[in-house]
Amino acid sequence: MTRVLQLKYICPSTLADATSQLNGDYRIVAGCTDFLPALRQGSSVGRLVDITRVHGLSDIRFVDGMWRIGATATWSEILKYPFPEYFDGLKLAAREVGSVQIQNSGTIAGNICNASPAADGVPPLLALDARLEIRNQETARLVTLGDFLTGVRRTVLQPGDLVTAVLVPALSDRHGSSFVKLGSRKYLVISIAMAAAVIGIDRAGLINDARIAVGACSPVAKRMEGLEAGLLGLPAESLATTLKVSTRHMNCLSPIDDVRGPAGYRLHAAAELCRQAVLKAADRVLDGPGHQRLMRAE
Amino acid sequence: MNQLRFTLNGQDVVAPGVRAAERLSESLRERLLQRDVKIGCNAGDCGACTVLLDGKPVCACLTLSFQVSGRHVETSSGLVARNRDAARLARSFHLGGAAQCGICTPGMLVSATAISTNGLERDEDSIQDALGGVLCRCTGYRKILDAVHHARKTGGLPPSSAEWASPGVRMNRIDGERKITGEEVFGDDAAPANALVVKVIRSPHARTSFRFGDLDRFVASHEGIACVLTAEDVPGRNSFGIFPQFVDQPVFAEGEARFVGEAVAAVVGEPDTMWWFDSEEFPVTWHKRQAVTDIEHALMVRAPQLHQTRARNTLCRGKVRTGDADRALAAAAATVSSSFRTSFVEHAYIEPEAGFARVENGRLSVHAGTQSAYLDLDSLSEILAMSTDRIRVVPTAVGGGFGSKLDLSVQPYLALAALRTGKTVRLCYSRSESMRSTTKRHPARISLRVGATRDGQISGLKYNGKFDTGAYSSWGPAVISRVPVHASGPYAVKDYLATSHAVHTHRVPAGAFRGFGVPQSAAALETAIDELANKIGMDPLEFRLRNCLTNGAPTVCGQVFETGVGIKACLQAVREHWTSARNEAASINAARVRRQDSTRRGVGLAAAWYGCGNTALPNPSTYKAGIRSDGTVVLHQGAIDIGQGSDTVITQIFANALAIENADIRLVGADTDETPDAGKTSASRQTYISGNAARLCALALRRQITRALNAGEDACLSIDGNWIEVKDSGDRRRLDLATVSANESGYVFVACETYSPPTTNLDENGQGEPYAQFGYAAQIATVDVDTSLGTVSAVRFVAAHDVGKAINPTLVEGQIHGGIAQGLGMALMEDFVPGVTDNLHDYLIPTIGDMPPVETIIVEEPDAHGPLGAKGLGEHVLIPTAPAILNAIHHACGVRIRQLPATPARIMAAIRNSADDR
Ligand SMILES: Cc1cc2nc3c(=O)[nH]c(=O)nc-3n(C[C@H](O)[C@H](O)[C@H](O)COP(=O)(O)OP(=O)(O)OC[C@H]3O[C@@H](n4cnc5c(N)ncnc54)[C@H](O)[C@@H]3O)c2cc1C
Ligand code: FES
Ligand code: FES
Repeated sequence: MTRVLQLKYICPSTLADATSQLNGDYRIVAGCTDFLPALRQGSSVGRLVDITRVHGLSDIRFVDGMWRIGATATWSEILKYPFPEYFDGLKLAAREVGSVQIQNSGTIAGNICNASPAADGVPPLLALDARLEIRNQETARLVTLGDFLTGVRRTVLQPGDLVTAVLVPALSDRHGSSFVKLGSRKYLVISIAMAAAVIGIDRAGLINDARIAVGACSPVAKRMEGLEAGLLGLPAESLATTLKVSTRHMNCLSPIDDVRGPAGYRLHAAAELCRQAVLKAADRVLDGPGHQRLMRAE
Repeated sequence: MNQLRFTLNGQDVVAPGVRAAERLSESLRERLLQRDVKIGCNAGDCGACTVLLDGKPVCACLTLSFQVSGRHVETSSGLVARNRDAARLARSFHLGGAAQCGICTPGMLVSATAISTNGLERDEDSIQDALGGVLCRCTGYRKILDAVHHARKTGGLPPSSAEWASPGVRMNRIDGERKITGEEVFGDDAAPANALVVKVIRSPHARTSFRFGDLDRFVASHEGIACVLTAEDVPGRNSFGIFPQFVDQPVFAEGEARFVGEAVAAVVGEPDTMWWFDSEEFPVTWHKRQAVTDIEHALMVRAPQLHQTRARNTLCRGKVRTGDADRALAAAAATVSSSFRTSFVEHAYIEPEAGFARVENGRLSVHAGTQSAYLDLDSLSEILAMSTDRIRVVPTAVGGGFGSKLDLSVQPYLALAALRTGKTVRLCYSRSESMRSTTKRHPARISLRVGATRDGQISGLKYNGKFDTGAYSSWGPAVISRVPVHASGPYAVKDYLATSHAVHTHRVPAGAFRGFGVPQSAAALETAIDELANKIGMDPLEFRLRNCLTNGAPTVCGQVFETGVGIKACLQAVREHWTSARNEAASINAARVRRQDSTRRGVGLAAAWYGCGNTALPNPSTYKAGIRSDGTVVLHQGAIDIGQGSDTVITQIFANALAIENADIRLVGADTDETPDAGKTSASRQTYISGNAARLCALALRRQITRALNAGEDACLSIDGNWIEVKDSGDRRRLDLATVSANESGYVFVACETYSPPTTNLDENGQGEPYAQFGYAAQIATVDVDTSLGTVSAVRFVAAHDVGKAINPTLVEGQIHGGIAQGLGMALMEDFVPGVTDNLHDYLIPTIGDMPPVETIIVEEPDAHGPLGAKGLGEHVLIPTAPAILNAIHHACGVRIRQLPATPARIMAAIRNSADDR
């Protein structure tokens, strides 16, 4: 049994070092919250490239009209960061990822790259029109999140690629966002379904921007384009009574039956979650600034 | 190379030889022997392994060891020893009864310390956020929440011996210190780090024949593998079971495996070899065969048969009949019929089965968590063809049992491996191995019909329960005999026919789980009772009061209790809350309707009873106690404390009966070399039966002393060092124990006593005296149902329990909270699907965020036989919870859920169906 020798743990401190390690039989690891539970005993994992100590890779900054969230930013760090309010949906998702323990280790890029249909980070980021910065030894490129995820556990990442940041275009302060997750218990629960919304409202009180995404109801979380289009121009104040979301709006979804819930229920729930997410996002704008900041008390 | 350096609890440490993919939890436990870090799942799902990494809580099982190099790691024991907040929290846990079995306690303490270090008082929400990642299966979380909340306020002195002797005092757990300091030794904590490792090879299919490849070659070609064990290596009988007439479960399957996870072989090897061992490499080929996976299929004429001698896949049947149920139902003014289904429920203790074994001087000792040392001993003796005096079973601390650790699990593999290799061997089940291979709560298909007269008297009850007992008998027969006795609920039912039927399927064996089939039956009955009350227009509580058993009224078995029937008192105790909660729900719902809020409040009630001890079978417990020449009193404690607190309660009972002032009571055991057979920790029997045995032992000891001192039996005794003093009507006499000759065990006085409850056999109609005592309960659940999503959140529980005499109210509350949490899980989320939900990621149990406040009302209707009037409680606590929740759901939104768990999907479907009907 010689596998002991094949295995290596590498912990680069610069991006150049990190990308230079991404060849042959390797595996990128960050928080390991997806990697370790899935690791089968006795399986050979080759070289483990731990990117959590790459300098600057977890930084959160605002550059050139874009929010730049470093790949290894953990859910806890995202929850703590004083983002503008349209990140509330992402923060709500962050707070719902597993438990404090998982949030302290799990990273935003790990969540995306693991490409689970039930990844809680994905719908809010889809609603924020997020892009991913991908680097390899030669180049860097930007890919929209929608294009990045190609299927269950599938992404466009090629050998040698490393996701280095999640980029979110800035929005006006008349944007609100939210996230609603449906699970069978509180804490440590994988979503049966979830929805995220970003809603913009103009000074006249009409909806001028609507982005809604649903997760855990299709191989890859989806934007609800039909529903979004129907919202534009509606008066936000009366949304609670006028907004009707039915399973018809959900026809781009393809949920499955599993232990967490049957497909039919998922569709029904997705519609209801979208409704709630839209109302909550709109409320955050209508309530105006000064509503309670979403952060975990430290 | 491969050397890891970091700071552990303030000390710089170096761990050599760490593997690249090794988890921090493993390095800490195995290389640094930091065994206060527990492993419950190795997947982030239980939080037992929580440590602080640079001050932040993380799961050690999800952290690569090398990720902590150069960083600061703190574990529970380190924090409690070094950090003031942690020490306070630990004390608060101890005094507040927040640690039962204690396996979750390190993770809880670490997580709580992480939010306490700034000295801030926390509100309930932030405590829940902080502890949401740590599962506890024993406490129902409320005492943990309180302990964290009040950590700054708790103080207190150690209890005096007088307090030990006074029943009703909230004594701290006698084993509590160990649980909060991380010193408690659970199954895998006892194992030496360098022991050989056993890995069991298990069937991947529900039914499969199999053939091994060349096992000798396999062993020869794998360096570090010591041996392979299969059925051929079992020297004695290759089967075990609970009931002698039904022993049927092979240690290793022969030719055919009958459930996913059944053992077929075991591999024993060096730790490092076994770390890398991939069971896929094991030379076995499987031939999948048609399996029977549900009761309906199993009962079909052409269904494959599991056991040749058991026709129609029937393990056994039970019946209780009195009066004429058909006639009474025909005469009833209203009847309700119900078909009710439940699923497998997993015990989900946080400690997977684990232990070690070794051979010393020709004797085998097996150290593992168990609920029944002597059952293990007897089974091992049969399996190994070794006399019982050559085997010693030493129970380790048990990190939760709830019934499943009554059956053998790791023990035979450890024993066989130790005997074969002559070396110390260890085995710790992985979470999924534990879930796949150990017993479950029986899935039930229940149909019943119950009637009532116009004025609200129950008129006829017919009940049939079919229970999926899985591939082997385990405790199936106990369920079958218990269910028909209890299916009437705590009501006087004159015309009654209840039948039960255990059916084999190719599924994991169903065995003992808190309540032995009664929770399933109660869920079916109590929801039907609610419906019946509604149907005849009576308040559900008044209906129950009208029908409940009373002193002197015969049960469905014709048994009459002249005292101690406490159901009426329980129902009356919750009456005021019932009325106010229902009124409050009405006004809350009215406001919600106005707000267009789709959430609805509902309040539901259920009642329960439960007989303590085996059903109509002898059920003895034997205790031994002695006094040494130095004056210490030693109680040989054979009852196994699995977290419920029997060590503490039985000591209280013993101290009370002994009544020797200043007695320093020490506990020994459980250990089959040291303690006589106290019977199993099951059937809520330890307080009652072992409590009585301990009481008799104390009285016998006392008699010996008073006789030696020529004093009357109720003379006042006290101990001062090696002097025993007696005060007898003004007279004082002293005896120097050091001058009395001691026996070979060092005892000057010694007593051994047995107690078995007075029960009788049941006749063919189930008539007789199945139990010497029953406990009673009534619970009210208040829930909110989100009618747009079908989700339920529990708002509050009020639980009245008749315990006869609460010898230790803190432990009583702990049982009630924990039982309610399990009942809540069973009601709303728990569904074990073999091969699918065999991990704690997909099999959900309640977290701290799911458990609302519980108001406990202790009712004391003294029992004629219980020590100090006490009754058992361990199982009663979860029986009414699920039906109370289902009744509350109905009250909230008008739908009757007749399948457990009541998942959001099922509730939503019912809501939409009822909307369609309207
Ligand atoms: C108990 C538990 C509960 C959980 N609950 C939730 C939940 O509620 N919601 C939810 O969404 N998720 C949940 N998760 C999943 C997980 O915690 C998250 O997906 C987390 O964000 C993953 O991040 P990580 O850093 O731990 O990923 P890792 O496990 O380190 O990596 C995951 C995958 O991504 C790849 N990867 C990581 N970073 C990069 C990168 N920068 N570039 C390219 N590839 C990369 C890795 O190679 C690996 O394949 C849970 C996990 C556990 C164990
Ligand atoms: S053992 Fe680490 S979370 Fe369960
Ligand atoms: S005390 Fe929490 S799991 Fe036993």
